[in-house]
Amino acid sequence: MAPQFTRMTSHAALLLVGDIDTDQIIPARFLKVTSKEGLGANLFSNWRYDAGGAPRPEFSLNRPDAAGAKILIAGPNFGCGSSREHAPWALVDWGLRAVIAPSFADIFRNNALKNGLVPVELERAAHTRLVAACEVDPRLPITVDLEREIVEWPGQAPLGFSVERFARRCLLEGTDELGILLSLAPEIAAYEAARP
Amino acid sequence: MPKTMPKTMFEKIWADHVVAQRPDEPIALYIDLHLVHEVTSPQAFDGLRRRGLTVRRPDRTVATMDHSVPTAAGPARGRIPILDAGAAAQVAQLETNCAEFGVRLYARGSDWQGIVHLIGPELGLTRPGMTIVCGDSHTSTHGAFGALAFGIGTSEVEHVLATQCLLQRKPKTMRIDVSGRLGPGVTAKDLILAIIAEIGVGGGTGQVIEYAGPAVRALSMEERMTVCNMSIEAGARAGLIAPDDITFAYLEGREYAPAGAAWDAAVAAWQKLPSDEGAAFDRAVEIDGGALEPMITFGTHPGTGIALGAPVPDPADVADADARVGLTRALSYMDLEPGRPLLGHKVDLVFVGSCTNSRVSDLRLAARILDGRKVSPEVRMLVVPGSQEVKRQAEAEGLDLVFRGAGAEWREPGCSMCIAMNGDELRPGEYAVSTSNRNFEGRQGKGGRTFLASPLTAAAAAVSGRIVDPRTLL
Repeated sequence: MAPQFTRMTSHAALLLVGDIDTDQIIPARFLKVTSKEGLGANLFSNWRYDAGGAPRPEFSLNRPDAAGAKILIAGPNFGCGSSREHAPWALVDWGLRAVIAPSFADIFRNNALKNGLVPVELERAAHTRLVAACEVDPRLPITVDLEREIVEWPGQAPLGFSVERFARRCLLEGTDELGILLSLAPEIAAYEAARP
Repeated sequence: MPKTMPKTMFEKIWADHVVAQRPDEPIALYIDLHLVHEVTSPQAFDGLRRRGLTVRRPDRTVATMDHSVPTAAGPARGRIPILDAGAAAQVAQLETNCAEFGVRLYARGSDWQGIVHLIGPELGLTRPGMTIVCGDSHTSTHGAFGALAFGIGTSEVEHVLATQCLLQRKPKTMRIDVSGRLGPGVTAKDLILAIIAEIGVGGGTGQVIEYAGPAVRALSMEERMTVCNMSIEAGARAGLIAPDDITFAYLEGREYAPAGAAWDAAVAAWQKLPSDEGAAFDRAVEIDGGALEPMITFGTHPGTGIALGAPVPDPADVADADARVGLTRALSYMDLEPGRPLLGHKVDLVFVGSCTNSRVSDLRLAARILDGRKVSPEVRMLVVPGSQEVKRQAEAEGLDLVFRGAGAEWREPGCSMCIAMNGDELRPGEYAVSTSNRNFEGRQGKGGRTFLASPLTAAAAAVSGRIVDPRTLL
């Protein structure tokens, strides 16, 4: 049940906008759901579809090149705003497994890791080089390796990125975080007993 | 006796809630109060069911319905049917889940139903020194009481329901000192908009903010809640204000506040919470409270606040390429010309409401402007009290008569147009002045354009049909 991620190679979809907030990722009108499935159809809905509901051909995720992409490349402060975990659910349901950006908002980063969506923080210069390489070759195969904590693509030496140690271990092992918390039952009971 | 290091308030609360600290794991933090609403909880309760788990501490779990509930006035405290099938199903699911798992629910029809971040304080559930979480980013509101309060995702809602704990990495700390005193017509909303404009929407990422200084000390509890509410818009994990006599006076006598000897003991403990003299913060920021003006956002994130008379920024003046692209995009969405102030810009709708500004003191500010005046015929104005309790207080003071008399709509409590999940929404292209907390593209309705501001500025816009400085109407 817990997600697992070791490494993955895929081409990327590009959405080079900064401060993409979770209302753009999944607008609030799509949060009226009681399950996690099917949100991919509404991913970036306000940008992706026109007033009549038809896909806008110029939106990057609608372009033929983006089909099947497991990586999204975005601008800084990705995932800011609302804490809705529906944002990573929608991204994952669409088919994404990693987002590469210069920075991420905290709550989003945390939610993404819990859903097997790896937030890859790449410093500016490297991010710019990657974008340039993708613009030359939209099907550029990019490898995100969580075990070695590197990103690489043809013509680029491996670039390091860092994921918090525990979150990385959970993803590599497919560890269920709730299982870890439940195993702390004695400590929780002791804490509660000491505080009326 | 060895001398201990001076600690910040945040560090004291953190240390007091560490349940376990195993090597190579984040600490397990105990959660004193878990607030729940209908949008971010269904999948969490389902998770419990799948594993055969119960809610560990139903006595520390409180639910309400707020995001999807209609706010149209109706009989029996607004229990009109929810027309949207998805929203109706979510609300029904919350009722089912709370009944099945034994969680107290303030449903529609209850005397205390309202926006989740209003009812906690109103009921005396929110208290200094607590850890408080909710599947909603504006949980930071409760930090106004000197609590460590933050938003969590649905997976973490499940973790808290099952174990009353979360695995957490310790954030850094920022202290924001606000000197002087807010001038006439300058409100707590203007202060927090100015702070976010100063430090940026990513400025607080990875940090817990403590707001301090004489201008903060002078704020009422409701004003402190407005400030702490928008901490998340600066990217901060949480925002706190040290408790003091103003805090204790607010809490005393509330339904779940301690009483008698327990009250005295609680106050004595709370008085030890403020940061020690000389405690170190990772970052310090200073704001001159006396120099602040009424603010308004022009763009499509909450960091775009400018003084009312200031010109909308020009992309040509922006050096950073990314920032220039972002600004151009925002101006295009909002259809605004750079270089001109927003004063005089036409307004289609005014929304007074949301967990940021829907408490009775916010309504009093709006009523001050509307008293004896009329809402412009070109403007639709919605006033949405944040809770049944706010509605009661407002009606006892006759504020509803002021709103109705001016031609504004006096509605039932809920999140309403802040998030536009319940049918209250902007049409494409419409401009709203809103006392809520987010002006993202489409936030208040697809294609809708939001100017964030204080209740005074919002009410002034309603009366004028245009953005005006509220101080000219006071």
